[in-house]
Amino acid sequence: MASTSTGFIGRSVKPDKSSRFITGNGMYVSDVRLPNMLHATLLRSMHAHARIRAVDVKEALRLDGIVGVWTGREIEGRISAFPESFEIHPARWLEGVKPVLQGPRPTALAQGKVHYVGEPVAIVVAEDRPKAEDAADAIVVEYEGLPVVVDPEESLQARATLVHKGSNNNVVFSFSIEKGNVDGALGAAPHTLRERFRHHRYCAAPLEGRGVVAWVEPKTNILTVWSSTQMPHLVRRQIAAQLNLPEETVRVIAPDIGGGFGPKVFVYPEEILVPFLALQLGRPVKWIEDRSEHFISTAHGRDQLHDVECAFDEEGHILAFRDRFLLDNGAYNPMGLTDAYNTAAHLQGPYKIPNFSVTGTCVSTNKVPNAPYRGAGRPEAVFVMERLIDIIAARLGLDPVAVRRRNFVQPEEMPYHAGILYRDGEPICYDSGNYPETLTQALETAGYNELRKRQQELREQGRYLGIGIGCYVEGTGVGSFEGAQVRIDPSGQLIIATGATGHGQGHETVFAQIAADLWGVTLDKVSLVAGDTASIAFGCGTFGSRSTVNVGSAIYGASARLKEKVLRLAAHLLEANPDDLELGEGKVSIRGLPQRALSFSELARAAVPGWASKLPEGLEPGLEATFYFVPRTVTWANAAHLAVIEVEIDTGIIKLLDYVVAHDAGRLINPLLVDGQIHGGVAQGIGAALYEEIAYDQNGQLLSGSFVNYLLPGAMEVPNIKTLHLESPSPLNPLGVKGLGEGGAIAPPAAIANALADALVPFAPRVNEIPLTPDRVLQLLTRKEVNVEAGTV
Amino acid sequence: MMSSKRTIEITVNEKRYEGLVEPRLSLADFLRDQLGLTGTHLGCEQGVCGSCTILFNGETVRSCLLLAVQANGATILTVEGLAAKAKNGDPLHPIQQGFLEKLGFQCGFCTPGFLMTLYEFLNENPSPSEDEIRERLSGNLCRCTGYQNIVAAVLWAAERLGQSRIDNGNYFAP
Amino acid sequence: MKPAPFEYVAPHSVEEALAALQQSIPDARILAGGQSLMPLLNLRLTKPKILIDLNGISGLEGIRETAEGLSIGAMTRQRRVERDSVRERCPILAEAIRHIGHVAIRHRGTIGGSLVHADPAAELPAVALALDAKFEVARDGIDRTIPAEEFFIDYLTTALAPDEILREIVFPIVRPSSGYALEEVTRRHGDFAIAGVVAIVELDDAGKIVDARLALFGVAPTAVRARKAERALIGREPNADAMLDAAALVEDFLDPPGDIHASSAYRKHVAAVLTARVLKRAVQVCRDRRL
Repeated sequence: MASTSTGFIGRSVKPDKSSRFITGNGMYVSDVRLPNMLHATLLRSMHAHARIRAVDVKEALRLDGIVGVWTGREIEGRISAFPESFEIHPARWLEGVKPVLQGPRPTALAQGKVHYVGEPVAIVVAEDRPKAEDAADAIVVEYEGLPVVVDPEESLQARATLVHKGSNNNVVFSFSIEKGNVDGALGAAPHTLRERFRHHRYCAAPLEGRGVVAWVEPKTNILTVWSSTQMPHLVRRQIAAQLNLPEETVRVIAPDIGGGFGPKVFVYPEEILVPFLALQLGRPVKWIEDRSEHFISTAHGRDQLHDVECAFDEEGHILAFRDRFLLDNGAYNPMGLTDAYNTAAHLQGPYKIPNFSVTGTCVSTNKVPNAPYRGAGRPEAVFVMERLIDIIAARLGLDPVAVRRRNFVQPEEMPYHAGILYRDGEPICYDSGNYPETLTQALETAGYNELRKRQQELREQGRYLGIGIGCYVEGTGVGSFEGAQVRIDPSGQLIIATGATGHGQGHETVFAQIAADLWGVTLDKVSLVAGDTASIAFGCGTFGSRSTVNVGSAIYGASARLKEKVLRLAAHLLEANPDDLELGEGKVSIRGLPQRALSFSELARAAVPGWASKLPEGLEPGLEATFYFVPRTVTWANAAHLAVIEVEIDTGIIKLLDYVVAHDAGRLINPLLVDGQIHGGVAQGIGAALYEEIAYDQNGQLLSGSFVNYLLPGAMEVPNIKTLHLESPSPLNPLGVKGLGEGGAIAPPAAIANALADALVPFAPRVNEIPLTPDRVLQLLTRKEVNVEAGTV
Repeated sequence: MMSSKRTIEITVNEKRYEGLVEPRLSLADFLRDQLGLTGTHLGCEQGVCGSCTILFNGETVRSCLLLAVQANGATILTVEGLAAKAKNGDPLHPIQQGFLEKLGFQCGFCTPGFLMTLYEFLNENPSPSEDEIRERLSGNLCRCTGYQNIVAAVLWAAERLGQSRIDNGNYFAP
Repeated sequence: MKPAPFEYVAPHSVEEALAALQQSIPDARILAGGQSLMPLLNLRLTKPKILIDLNGISGLEGIRETAEGLSIGAMTRQRRVERDSVRERCPILAEAIRHIGHVAIRHRGTIGGSLVHADPAAELPAVALALDAKFEVARDGIDRTIPAEEFFIDYLTTALAPDEILREIVFPIVRPSSGYALEEVTRRHGDFAIAGVVAIVELDDAGKIVDARLALFGVAPTAVRARKAERALIGREPNADAMLDAAALVEDFLDPPGDIHASSAYRKHVAAVLTARVLKRAVQVCRDRRL
């Protein structure tokens, strides 16, 4: 294909295309204002588990400005239930894994029973938001309390309270996978160990919560919905399905999104209720989730409990690994086995483990639903495996680096088959990468050997420096597909439309870089339309470190198709052979005859139907092509994180002194944006390791329901992060790219926990759960100190 | 209970506005809903996240923790008015330009609060150290950037402002 | 998160405010800087029928130097005290204020508002206790003075009657022969303390401790003085043994509440750690000031 590269790929192009964000001109759902708009608020359950005896709305309906109240009774039969999960299971995976899938189906408003604090009980509509809240306050719900189950192990007990009516037990999803002979290897091994690891519950907490605005155009009955979602096409499908509407009459727009990070990947009750009310009332309706609601209504993440057995030899080679883990689903798990199976698929990490078995069980409890959050099962897996490596090293008196090196998949073993299936039903195959080199780079940048010396010196002074490593591999660019439509408009602009909407990743810049290089134009000649179901027929969404891989490849595929058409048209108009043409600088010219050229604008205006058409026989009107990229399977990124901490031994405070990330996500499109993704991911991982915790009491009441109690790390808590990039191109897509959006968040809990265990070697602590609060750190010590030396940190 | 509405007069970004407000209306909601200045964002409505930070009579405040009635007679600067504070014909204030140069933002939701915080900070402390920057940033939460590039953006802007002072006298001459 | 409706009153004098308060007890709440009250209103955790806003009363704002010390109007912004040159006369006050929230919070937050809110984890009540500050209170034209020791009654509860307004607080100056320090442990920078200690120590010419004050915060329903530990320090050399003894006494007498940020045991232990630390720093400051 003839084209000239302008070389934007690989450059740190600045985010000028997103400059609206620095002038206050971003357009978030809460900024949508329509004439005559009404405002909704939800009345949510205050009980973790209760029967609803009666709902009295009389007082509420008497209030000024109130339009109406809808409860479960009013929507019954009018809004159908949600599916058990939104996960799509490929047949090959179902056949290979044979999972148990018996999730309950949530309803948009509680039907007679509530299952967690925060479950929607009623929706109130008023002339403004404060009045809606006044009315919600005035609704009286009579509850009959039921026994509450908040502990996933208790939930499995034979006589446990059943969270959902009609179920036999609280197991909703489960699976087992195995390769090799774990029992045999465990029995015969020179060393074995058993450990229990807990990766606690925390949440994505984007600065913008969820929100929905719905409007029905009264003459056409077209329903337009703005939602702060990662999945506009899925939202459209659910609205149409649950409200029984033709899908063509529903348009969903994901405008600027103030952070997603996972929990905006499925469809929530409000995304169905608000459109329902707009249809009922014939007026636009707006609902904006406030922060208090966010913590009790938007899905939490993680929350896994692992019981691990491991066998290893004198040198630290892992011989066998068995993990039986529980995932605390909360009341629902709208993404089914996504997290649990991701955990299983990533537990082996960059290591060769000949005998391996995992059983994952998702159990119901009376808590907020659990769903993917940046990393989606991977941080949990990496926490388990990377802690285990360090425990093995400690048992054998080896450097944890040596144990890693002995177990790594070697570069010459690529592509490496890990012996189990991925979630897409394909056998896991690490496609490219050099894991030992990734670790080497992290160690060298951190100055590992000097740090070990320094650690020794400080220890003699009674100071506790710790160095922790976290290595991982990550399946990225997961299917099932993503599409791109590439169009040249009559002004000559390249318009890229895709269903994958961005929420800070810099899609506008990255996709423009790809398109500009493919077409030989400057960045200003490329525009992106994303997150609007009206702009492309099918869309998947932005999640799972997938957009650059899938959308980038779709832009590549669509561009190839469109270029062929453009060249055929140009050849016809220039009376030349298509092979003699070249494409660049926004025009097509005859090679060697630059004056014989047609601009994209001229070509687009020639490619119209009808009287003005200059199309040759057999060429369809319109300069546009669409390509849906379906990845064969995921492409595997890898990284090594290294954390250096100092522990203040009398208060238990951990200070992060240094953080290094060596990272291989294939070919990089924009290093500036890549670094931004890594910084942000690591900051979230630091939050998980040290600060953030969703805590419930035994009655299922949330104890961390605001930013006062749920602690996001601030600028004083996150150190500068040193990033290094290796680039092992992916053989699985035309751009050679791998995904990287989640990576930063995957390893910090492991690296920081390892650093703490390393710092506290004299105390031989069991660092098997996070967050590592000062209190928890002190509990790990065998003796507590009070001295007059001022804090060393 | 109905509470009586009050008329307020307020100058925002050098433009005068009049509004009729319920006492319970926050200044943030007034700016967003009545004046249409939606650049000021609400991330927690309890003063923790800093997304709603604006300049109120020249000082940064959480606009979610002020009532609109309290702003009667006040002079306010929001993110929408920040570019107009640029000198030398620049289209953007140096702190805004710094955010572009160094990728000081991702999703953009917390960004206006950071910009207003930093506009004040650079007026007070034109050549800050990284520690001073981080300390000031600690009142604003960002979930995307990990703060590193925001710090870099401030350093970039400080250098730019320093250069500008040398070239043209005090950038922030009153 | 929008407040329940309320009527709004903005008096221009303390007398007007008192009159408004008198008429509306118990349905009124006083609005000072609003940095604690506004979140409670937004969350509907408090639903007053009337809000009396003191922000329009210029007489409640200002810093005066008196023979006794610093007289600070209740509505004086924390940020102003932090930056005012009079901070030299009461440096511990300025140091404590820098630990309150963040700059934008301190721009609005007032000295009096924080004291009257009486959050047990806040710094200012502990400083007031350590300094034996006096609270000048107005009620219906009759003023009274409440010593700090009697001001903080219980969790978020003070000796202020429902019809009283705090007018100003008198912080006695820290004598030049004294040293002072504040130490606290927080989960993150700017958070309320898990535990904290304010210390003021005075040494005699022989270098022995003649006065010691320890006020703890975050470890009881109110800020508290550690009187027993204070007494044990008097007359002693300010050495490690004395400080560790004081720390042990602090640990002994506390029975702190636990929450999701830290257990009772952790708070107890860390209060002792901080006591030792803060004494060491206060003694150092004392020596530096005497040079």
